[in-house]
Amino acid sequence: MGNPMRIRASLTGDTVEVKVLMRHDMETGLRKDAAGALIPALFIKNLVAKHKDKVVLDANFGPSVSKDPFLSFKFKGGAAGDKVSITWTDTAGDSRTDEASIT
Amino acid sequence: MNQQRRNVMRITAALGAAFAAGILHPRDVFAAEWNAAVFDAKSLAAAVKALGGDKFDVSADVAIIGPDIAENGAVVPVSVSSKAPGTDFMAILVDKNPSAMSASFNIPPGTEPAVTTRVKMASTSDVHALCRANGKWLVASKEIKVTLGGCGG
Amino acid sequence: MNHKLLALAGALALAQAMVHAQTSSTDEIAKYRQMLADGNPAELWEMRGEELWKTKAGPNQVSLERCDLGLGPGVVKGAYVTLPRYFKDVNKVMDLEARLVYCRTTLQGLTQAEATQTPFGSTAKQSTIEALVAYITSESRGMKMAAPTGHPLEKQAYEDGKKLFYLRGGSHDFACATCHSADGKRIRLQELPNILNPANAQMAYTTWPAYRVSQGEVRTMQHRLNDCYRQQRFPEPVYASDALTALTMFLAKNAEGGVYAAPALKR
Repeated sequence: MGNPMRIRASLTGDTVEVKVLMRHDMETGLRKDAAGALIPALFIKNLVAKHKDKVVLDANFGPSVSKDPFLSFKFKGGAAGDKVSITWTDTAGDSRTDEASIT
Repeated sequence: MNQQRRNVMRITAALGAAFAAGILHPRDVFAAEWNAAVFDAKSLAAAVKALGGDKFDVSADVAIIGPDIAENGAVVPVSVSSKAPGTDFMAILVDKNPSAMSASFNIPPGTEPAVTTRVKMASTSDVHALCRANGKWLVASKEIKVTLGGCGG
Repeated sequence: MNHKLLALAGALALAQAMVHAQTSSTDEIAKYRQMLADGNPAELWEMRGEELWKTKAGPNQVSLERCDLGLGPGVVKGAYVTLPRYFKDVNKVMDLEARLVYCRTTLQGLTQAEATQTPFGSTAKQSTIEALVAYITSESRGMKMAAPTGHPLEKQAYEDGKKLFYLRGGSHDFACATCHSADGKRIRLQELPNILNPANAQMAYTTWPAYRVSQGEVRTMQHRLNDCYRQQRFPEPVYASDALTALTMFLAKNAEGGVYAAPALKR
């Protein structure tokens, strides 16, 4: 189970802005440790954002997305109090889902 | 004929042949599955090809926002957006990275074609915003200078 | 004669262009930092730190919620801006990290080694200390730096810190003052705050701890000082030692009145 994310979903007019902070090392597989050995690649590869049951964003990340990824996007049709959920899966098969209410 | 046009024509020919031979279906290359060919592509042109595209055009409808200088290439904020109607796919590519494709986004109806994230840049490079709108591939680019390469050395 | 004038004009133009380029670089970097301001990964450390603060730990199985950071047991809000300070129960001046070690050993029963373990985290090993510091400092956001110097030991700590600031040593004969005692200095594109200039000292001190993108971790003041000493080619200072507390007191007092804006985000 991955580390908790920080999700903020705020409604302005008819648009919900979602900002997500994820705790993940996003190892590229190209770095070397102190002993000179390659640190294996380990990174978030999929991310799905949902508003209630509807997918509002479906992303594929590569290893060149920064460590502790930040993501921001907007969608229409959300109301205050609705749930927005984010799920990520990484190359090790680990996954994390967190949700937040639209404010 | 310039090099880019030659490349585009070559790619078109190859893809056309693949489609015609029934080897490649357009729907196959647009799945949300993590596509290794896309993420291994070494250039914008190669990535578009791996995505099933044949050509791309620079478009004023696509915008890429980022700093002119990134203090540290490990974390470079990039925003990409599209005004082109029918935008259903967006991606960020860093030309000089070991693999150009950084992140790609499927944009369902109701979601604004505008995303912001942060990418690693190995060195000063052109960064591309790639969009697909009504089946057409559109691009906007910006050079971002990097003072310290960001792949974790 | 004409050639000389032309050459001079050329040189002046070039110098002006260089100054302009330098200013432009600074502006661009300011823009870069602005773009990163929204969405600081340090928030993830703050979240983890808040949980750790409230979690029972150690042989005594108690949380840190009775730890007195200077404003009374368990009071976290506003505590950081009043540190370093004199603590009666130990009859000495402590900075935040030294005080955390004290609480973790006395309240929770951890050994000194356990309480000072992994002060600087890495992808291989998360740091409990960094998370706790991120949480505690976040609770002072927006407040003014107000480290007390009323008590004789507080005054002494300030004076000791000042001495350390000017102490030259190590293989390169550097002191903190070598880089940090004049306006407008920089190393490559990194501007160096003049700690003797209150405005600079405030800007520097009110932005630690910080998520450092070059480290991919939240780094505390102890780490900043440790890293300075490393760059000065000094021996490594002992974590949370009295010397670092004194130096922190010198910094904190010079930053008095600055509005606390951390945990921040830095290169």
